[in-house]
Amino acid sequence: MSLNHTVATKDTKAEAPLAIHGLSVAYQKKPVLRNISFEVNEGELIGVIGPNGAGKSTLMKAALGLIPSIAGEVLVYGKPYKQQRKLIGYVPQRESVDWDFPTNALDVVLMGRYGHLGWFRRPGAKEKAIAMEALSKVGMSDYADRQISQLSGGQQQRVFLARALAQDAKLYFMDEPFAGVDAATEKAIITLLQELKLQGKTVIVVHHDLATVQDYFDSVLLLNVELQAYGPTAQTFTQEQLQRTYGGRLAFLDRSLQSPSIPDGKGE
Amino acid sequence: MDTIWSMLSDPNMQWIFLGCTLLGISSGVIGCFSYLRKQSLMGDTLAHAALPGICIAFMLTGVKSIGLFLIGAGLSGLIATFGIGYITRNSKLKQDAAMGIVLSGFFGLGIVLLTLIQHGDYGNQAGLDKFLFGQAASMIASDVITMTIVCGLLITVCTLLFKQFKIISFDPGFARGIGYPVAFLEQLLMLLIVVAVVAGIQAVGVVLVAALLITPAVSARYWTDRLGLMVVLSGLFGAASGAAGTWISASVSNLPTGPVTVLAATLLFGLSVLFGPTRGLLAKRLMRQRVKQRFIRESEPLVKGSVKKEAAL
Repeated sequence: MSLNHTVATKDTKAEAPLAIHGLSVAYQKKPVLRNISFEVNEGELIGVIGPNGAGKSTLMKAALGLIPSIAGEVLVYGKPYKQQRKLIGYVPQRESVDWDFPTNALDVVLMGRYGHLGWFRRPGAKEKAIAMEALSKVGMSDYADRQISQLSGGQQQRVFLARALAQDAKLYFMDEPFAGVDAATEKAIITLLQELKLQGKTVIVVHHDLATVQDYFDSVLLLNVELQAYGPTAQTFTQEQLQRTYGGRLAFLDRSLQSPSIPDGKGE
Repeated sequence: MDTIWSMLSDPNMQWIFLGCTLLGISSGVIGCFSYLRKQSLMGDTLAHAALPGICIAFMLTGVKSIGLFLIGAGLSGLIATFGIGYITRNSKLKQDAAMGIVLSGFFGLGIVLLTLIQHGDYGNQAGLDKFLFGQAASMIASDVITMTIVCGLLITVCTLLFKQFKIISFDPGFARGIGYPVAFLEQLLMLLIVVAVVAGIQAVGVVLVAALLITPAVSARYWTDRLGLMVVLSGLFGAASGAAGTWISASVSNLPTGPVTVLAATLLFGLSVLFGPTRGLLAKRLMRQRVKQRFIRESEPLVKGSVKKEAAL
């Protein structure tokens, strides 16, 4: 399952944005991820797909070092992720924080700059400008001063995306950014993903809507505790592989897979 | 009632007044972070857990000194937090249950030790039982100096590490992702809470000291949507409570300072719940009424129209 479709911008033989070798994670005794190995190509949008409890979020958190792994190695551009933190942007699940926190949208986006600031320095005019630009990229500049609890779910998601943009990273992890968002936000996210791709950034997205996988992602990673399949979407996102990953619970998928005429939401 | 100024002409009262005000500021400031991290009860647990530490420190040295008590209370507070962490990690119990168990266990041990001290032959034991409910009147100049140092330390650390404390309170996962040592920062925050609690025990007592951590912070939340302002307001509310507590208890005979301070903080909380802008009950009611009236005004022509039609029928 190796990947051979190279990226046009790659003139030197650069290290892969993310290379994971033999990663295993266990909660208590039960393995959640077993012996995961893969490498991603620069400038791709990669969808991570799998049933509930397959370890999709866990894979992301383990790659970011947010939870301990029992074995394996994670390399970001050829070095351990701990040395490459400034190259990594992260969009956690929206439900993972309390949105009643006393702060506004701009302030949350500014948190994306904290990693670039010194230990005691406060974000200044330059950081604010970067944060405002990130907000306008997700269509949220009118809401900069809005208390975050007064934003809709989709707007909150866009604030999280803007925070990741403000990180100015090269490799992005997004944990279910499309979960429970409105159409406007979904469109904003897709536009953003395309723009990141154009800038040569690599984005790994935990995704659960199988119907849109073919439209959104260059590569897919099928996961169910073990790595089931990984490669270009056209070759990998097949009925057979999905059956294997989801264990025969996928009759409803037949339709969406058999209709190659689904328009790709870019050129509207 | 005396005026505040005549009360402050008494040098003894000056110390108590200053001590209680500083205590209010310290616990108000640090309490914001424990409230936002959903650990309001942690202060209570630490306070109760401090009691056996204070007793053991006294039994080992036979000296009543805030500094020694701080070490004893800090150590037993540390053991208590590790205990809570251990229970939540290794059992199916949630944190609130673990806190309840540890809190009462340590407090029980503290009471037993306190009784042992009172019936034992420790010379200078008088007043140790005051740690249960506090005795602000016993505050002397050296205590106020300790309190000043504690207050200065808390404010300095919270100012310097404001963005770190903010992000670990809002989104610890993201903080870890950008490389902040979240575990260290959490321990530091815990340590600052222990310091505030121990500094407050003498004045307010083990049982009530947590109120000064929680109540001003919750009250401040009603007045602002900005963390920076919330921390400042919470410190001011704490200070006002401490000042009011000293003043009232000095003016009305036989009222204990600590509990009156807590009552003053509770009164401020009540006012905040009622009158806080946007979040307060009154503001919410007014808002609902305004929306309702606008709705009625806008739909009036329609209603009238339908009534006329019905009348015509």
